[in-house]
Amino acid sequence: MPQEMTFGEALLAAIDEVAEQDPRIVLFNPSFAGEAGHEKLAALRKKYAARIKYPPIAEIGFCGIAIGAAMAGLRPLVDISTATFSYEAIPQIVNEAAIAYSNSGGQTNAPVTFYLKFGIRGGGGVQHSGSPQSWYWNTPGLQVVMPSTPADAKGLMRTVLTKSKDPTIFFGHDRLLDNKGVVPDGAYEIALGKADIKRAGKDLTIIATSIQVPRALAAAETLAKAGIDAEVIDPRTLQPLDKPALLASVKKTGRVLITDESHDNCGVAAGLAAIIADEGFSSLRAPIKRVSIPPVPVPYAVPLEDFVTPMAERIVDAGRALCK
Amino acid sequence: MLPDISRDRQLAILHKMLMIRRAEEHCVRFNDEHTGLIRGHFHVYIGQEATGVSVCDWLSPDDYVFTTHRNHGHVIAKGGDPKKVLAEIIGRATGYCQGRAGTFHVAAPEVGVIHTSAIVGGCLALAGGTAYAAQVKGEKAITVVFFGDGAMEEGVFYEALNIAKLWELPMIFWMENNYRRSGRGAGHAALELTNVAKALDVEAAVIDGIDVGTVHKTAKDIVGRVRAGQGPLFVEARTHLWPGNAFNMPKLVGGVTDIAWAWDPSGAPEKVRDWHKSHDPILNYVRELAGAGVSRADLEKIDADVRKQADEAARFALESPLPQPQDAVKYAFAGEGN
Repeated sequence: MPQEMTFGEALLAAIDEVAEQDPRIVLFNPSFAGEAGHEKLAALRKKYAARIKYPPIAEIGFCGIAIGAAMAGLRPLVDISTATFSYEAIPQIVNEAAIAYSNSGGQTNAPVTFYLKFGIRGGGGVQHSGSPQSWYWNTPGLQVVMPSTPADAKGLMRTVLTKSKDPTIFFGHDRLLDNKGVVPDGAYEIALGKADIKRAGKDLTIIATSIQVPRALAAAETLAKAGIDAEVIDPRTLQPLDKPALLASVKKTGRVLITDESHDNCGVAAGLAAIIADEGFSSLRAPIKRVSIPPVPVPYAVPLEDFVTPMAERIVDAGRALCK
Repeated sequence: MLPDISRDRQLAILHKMLMIRRAEEHCVRFNDEHTGLIRGHFHVYIGQEATGVSVCDWLSPDDYVFTTHRNHGHVIAKGGDPKKVLAEIIGRATGYCQGRAGTFHVAAPEVGVIHTSAIVGGCLALAGGTAYAAQVKGEKAITVVFFGDGAMEEGVFYEALNIAKLWELPMIFWMENNYRRSGRGAGHAALELTNVAKALDVEAAVIDGIDVGTVHKTAKDIVGRVRAGQGPLFVEARTHLWPGNAFNMPKLVGGVTDIAWAWDPSGAPEKVRDWHKSHDPILNYVRELAGAGVSRADLEKIDADVRKQADEAARFALESPLPQPQDAVKYAFAGEGN
């Protein structure tokens, strides 16, 4: 029976399924649960205690150790916790893990997974609201996974843990952790590089990642009342990227709005816009529109934070402008 | 002193030290005699051969070694093929990494050097990772991470050492101090770098890093103890910076090493005379072997054999093809990528 669970619980379920079968899975600091999953997290921690480490507050140290362990045949899953803490480990993630396979001419790979709780969480302020997905997407050698639903989170986590040959940055938005969704039965996998149409439509394509998917779906309902039939497509992974699916949707609708909760400048939306401009220009009947975070560190107070957050209303406004 | 091992094994160590020296002399000559053959700057291991060779003499093929921007010596010491090292240094398709790595990042997974970082301190934590993996898998393999005095200026050194101690990882932090960065006024507030390790409760020894006997004996002890579960341990092996080394573009300031200088130090050019007379681990070792009864003819024959092999390796590298341009985009991803 398919069952309802939260995003955090779905991650825990995937980890449990895989770790049970594969002794190479080791966990650093697992805390994926969110509020709803606390009991399940405690059970996971107990069940796999022998394969769990709680390292000191030393990101460059323990991320490097996880990368080296992956090179030596383990499959570590590192919960970085807040995404910005990964900045402390950039030298190891970007300058060692990402380059190892290429540098060695295809001899050494590092199938390590870093889980990053990212995004504007509400009061995180300038240092706990980070969205570094475009940095990591800009780093050849890293896979970038950003699911939006519990079902996708579970299937993608399973794929990454069982099949991945490369280092992976797995993004879970803080505000998605307690979102509930129906999760299929059994041990299913979702291939990397397969986009998913979350809502079919004919007038406008909204490409949305992670937290922006539920926001885009809400926006699409509002737009529908105004007679605009929006398609919401979720790439689910940025690297690898399902370019054909995105371009096909743009070809169908002729209009595209891209929304991602990272900064405008050189952000994910900018990167996707460039691909569509390069490869799908002839499909476009209107300029490409981006809805993301303006180029300012995310501030703390409610009105300031709300102003920079790419909420559904901003997607609605941009969609209306595009379809005028 | 000579290591307390069979004469054959003593001579095999000399052979390997000379192989590193001769291969790296070719490396410097590549740069001096051919424009653009070595792209950018480079570093060599000349003067530190006693430590890499003596430590690796106690390692098995399954043990992991991590190295630095001075990697050529460690790769050969661990059993790497000088042909593939020299070919990689000049970016050839036949090199260890098919010309993708170059002089700074030579990795030779077939001999346990699975990844090489030229970033100072870049491999310290990764080495903790291979040690941790061996621990989890219940394997006997240990990890040795070689690094220089400069790497201890990096924060990752502290984090890696701290975690290694907390998790009792089977690894050796082997610092080769060539005095490039240590000492008052350079990069360290600490005058005794082993005190940094001792502060984290990691047992640390200081040894003469140019004396083969001392290094070999220490390595036997340390490797054995780490294999028995007493890791991590820390060693500072003190060497003397080779006069040609004090640049980003090393130069053979006294020409190639002439083994005859072991018997007649005055024959060496003045710029390198003192170094070869007192601080060159290879010529010191040759003198000790001669003093223990190995004939000059036998020692010169070993050198001649090595030179022949190194010359062949250099020729192999120079005659090897460059990689195909379109291969540039290969290997970004081991999996599907795109």
